[in-house]
Amino acid sequence: MNLTLKVWRQKNPRAAGGFETYEAKGVTPEMSFLEMLDVVNEELIAGGRDPIAFDSDCREGICGMCSLVINGIPHGGQPGTTTCELHLRHFHDGQTITVEPWRAKAFPVVRDLITNRSAFDRIIQAGGFVSVNTGGTPDGNAIPVPKTTADRAMDAAACIGCGACVAVCKNASAMLFVAAKVSHLNLLPQGKAEKDRRALNMVKQMDHEGFGNCTVTGSCEAVCPKEISLSFIAKMNRDYGVATLKGQ
Amino acid sequence: MSLDSKIPPGPLAQKWDKHRFDLKLVNPANKRKFDIIVVGSGLAGASAAASLAELGYKVRCFCFQDSPRRAHSIAAQGGINAAKNYANDGDSVYRLFYDTIKGGDFRAREANVYRLAQVSSNIIDQCVAQGVPFAREYGGLLTNRSFGGAQVSRTFYARGQTGQQLLLGAYQALSRQIGLGTVEMHPRTEMLDLVVIDGHAKGIVVRDLVSGEISSHAADAVVLATGGYSNVFFLSTNAKGCNVTATWRAWKKGALFANPCYTQIHPTCIPVSGEHQSKLTLMSESLRNDGRVWVPKRKEDCQKPPASIPEADRDYYLERKYPSFGNLAPRDISSRAAKETCDDGRGVGPGGRGVYLDFADAIKRLGESMIRDRYGNLFDIYEKITNENAYKVPMRIYPAVHYSMGGTWVDYNLMSTLPGLFVIGEANFSDHGANRLGASALMQGLADGYFVLPYTIGDYFVSAKQAKPSANHPEFKKAEENIRQFAARLLSVKGRRTATSFHRELGKLLWEKCGMARNEAGLTEALKRIPELREEFWKNVAVTGGNGELNQALEYAGRVADFMEFAELLCLDALHRRESCGGHFREEFQTAEGEAKRDDENFAYVAAWEYQGAGKAPVMRKEPLVYEEAHMSTRSYK
Repeated sequence: MNLTLKVWRQKNPRAAGGFETYEAKGVTPEMSFLEMLDVVNEELIAGGRDPIAFDSDCREGICGMCSLVINGIPHGGQPGTTTCELHLRHFHDGQTITVEPWRAKAFPVVRDLITNRSAFDRIIQAGGFVSVNTGGTPDGNAIPVPKTTADRAMDAAACIGCGACVAVCKNASAMLFVAAKVSHLNLLPQGKAEKDRRALNMVKQMDHEGFGNCTVTGSCEAVCPKEISLSFIAKMNRDYGVATLKGQ
Repeated sequence: MSLDSKIPPGPLAQKWDKHRFDLKLVNPANKRKFDIIVVGSGLAGASAAASLAELGYKVRCFCFQDSPRRAHSIAAQGGINAAKNYANDGDSVYRLFYDTIKGGDFRAREANVYRLAQVSSNIIDQCVAQGVPFAREYGGLLTNRSFGGAQVSRTFYARGQTGQQLLLGAYQALSRQIGLGTVEMHPRTEMLDLVVIDGHAKGIVVRDLVSGEISSHAADAVVLATGGYSNVFFLSTNAKGCNVTATWRAWKKGALFANPCYTQIHPTCIPVSGEHQSKLTLMSESLRNDGRVWVPKRKEDCQKPPASIPEADRDYYLERKYPSFGNLAPRDISSRAAKETCDDGRGVGPGGRGVYLDFADAIKRLGESMIRDRYGNLFDIYEKITNENAYKVPMRIYPAVHYSMGGTWVDYNLMSTLPGLFVIGEANFSDHGANRLGASALMQGLADGYFVLPYTIGDYFVSAKQAKPSANHPEFKKAEENIRQFAARLLSVKGRRTATSFHRELGKLLWEKCGMARNEAGLTEALKRIPELREEFWKNVAVTGGNGELNQALEYAGRVADFMEFAELLCLDALHRRESCGGHFREEFQTAEGEAKRDDENFAYVAAWEYQGAGKAPVMRKEPLVYEEAHMSTRSYK
């Protein structure tokens, strides 16, 4: 099959960017979207032109590094799928596809399709952990955790930190990402000791990074490749509210 | 150079305790005077960086990804072993030790493996305390599953995303230290050289992958946690960015490289679908708990729909050949068995390079919802890639390169032959011998980072009594200049062939000549072909752009250049080891039944290769493997 790509090219954060058109010829439905970009890049490099810069690493949907807005939808719109897991069988011969980077003030473009998502790291650094040092921890079975609680914590912990939730949100809000980590740790007995300060500190850092506010449209949940539930935002709001009332 | 493994004297079970007492300590108030560089932020790197910072050391951590949370440990699916005996099925530290030594085909260092088994329990406790959401029973206690090469259930897991959850635990511990200011994190930064001054590792030279800036970083010790070299095969289950550059460049500075021919080919991966393929995807070994591996008995049935082939016409070859371990036979054995059936013309799927992994019986026995609960995300991955529903039709799987047991040689303290250079996790060679058992990689990475290195590194600081290094030392300037020249050289070739194209050809050559089965003729041929390919690379590689910018073509070409050199050492090691053991199967050395035939008399040693300078043949140093406790038996899973 043959595809026409309109790809966002931007030399560096300060340069003005724009779309450029490329032809992906003779690609096959079994190929992944990134493998198709590899083919385009191969041709560009062999022709002495700069390849399209994009992030990817594990290419199996777990590292969270890949990040393209494809035809207006982060990760391309297949349910529960990252860009690296998206295969060309979901496109048709002759189709024109636009490819853009994440667009959010807190995720500045580094080059072409690569953005800087270090704001997420700083949010985790503000409280997305349990304050235990290595060593001296109790036996793993010392504190029973009901299976339903552990499962729900795991549902939240499945977040891969890709940032699609921010990229799709009209407010560029990071609430789903932050709520997933707050919920994962606040649900478990091990994380309860820091429940209040975690919610307060992570939300504070999120606001500081320049993410927008949540208006609960649910678009984040719709594009999340790990299908993290919107209900975690409600849980975080509750934890945040309780912490605020306690005057922590 | 003689290799001193520094294995402590005394009975096996007491070595680590005694050694910990004998190790010299750094006073808590003095720890902040020592700078440590950690390269890599996977399970080993992140756990080490966090633990060392907690102790009070000043740590700088480097990774090439945009965040330490992306390291490839995140992709580990199945689980992590620990000798907790929670399942009450007869497990113990000794059994985990023995299974690991035997699984490694008696080519691992006994004392290291015993220590690994000893600290395995602490790892689970640590991870639970960090909030890792391991799978649990309804009573709230942790649950276990079985993995290959073991007859007990000792594998802890978090759905099919155990690596992700353990890495996030370590990443969060690291993030806490970054927030506290005790770790300085350098993402999107690639280590390109190790700097050695007066025989001690004193720092690294890195390239900022965004700006292209080359800079020097001095420290009292350097820790490499840079993973394995499986991507030398081009197609592997490793992430695209995984590379050998850090340990390879350390090799050229004097850190011996051990057992490069021990590569693990994982039996359950999604088969290759075409020439464009950029990487392969693993289907967790845990699937073999409930999935049954089979191929048709007759060649003519291979293209028929699997459901139409009656039970009597199916060959459940693992259950047939290895009745006591069945579908949970270790990885090297299962992989070779799959290759044999496909070589025999009984492979399934396009190209006949595949075997079935069938869940029909398990679904009948347990129900689809139970299978979904256990492996749902793996079935989803499978469907995304193949467009097939494995609840309805059997999965098709084929072996793929997955892990490298070989790596930088380290002593019992995890220090390389270069004082001050420590190597941990998959990057070192120490614990898995010639074959790694499933769910042991996560265990080793975290053991090294949380519970071994934090003890041993202090002893080096106290014993070595080295002067504080400075990044202004001429050695750093020299290394920086070499790196700039290396980049300039790659950019100046201006050839017509991409680095990917060279890498693909190199990988294909290695897969054919140094893959699941190796022989003298093939290896000799590969050793002739690799230098030719390398020469062509340097004459005809196309690298666009400049050095002073984000340049993925340049980054990648540099890594491929190193693979081009490393591949030769891999084949050389495979050629010299005239025996079959674990993942290293030499066709000349097999039993009448086609099983690996070890030669303990002549090859019970670690082969550690020493760099002699460009264009010169490396020299091999031997570390004899002495077994005080385990008896070197013939490995049988029948």
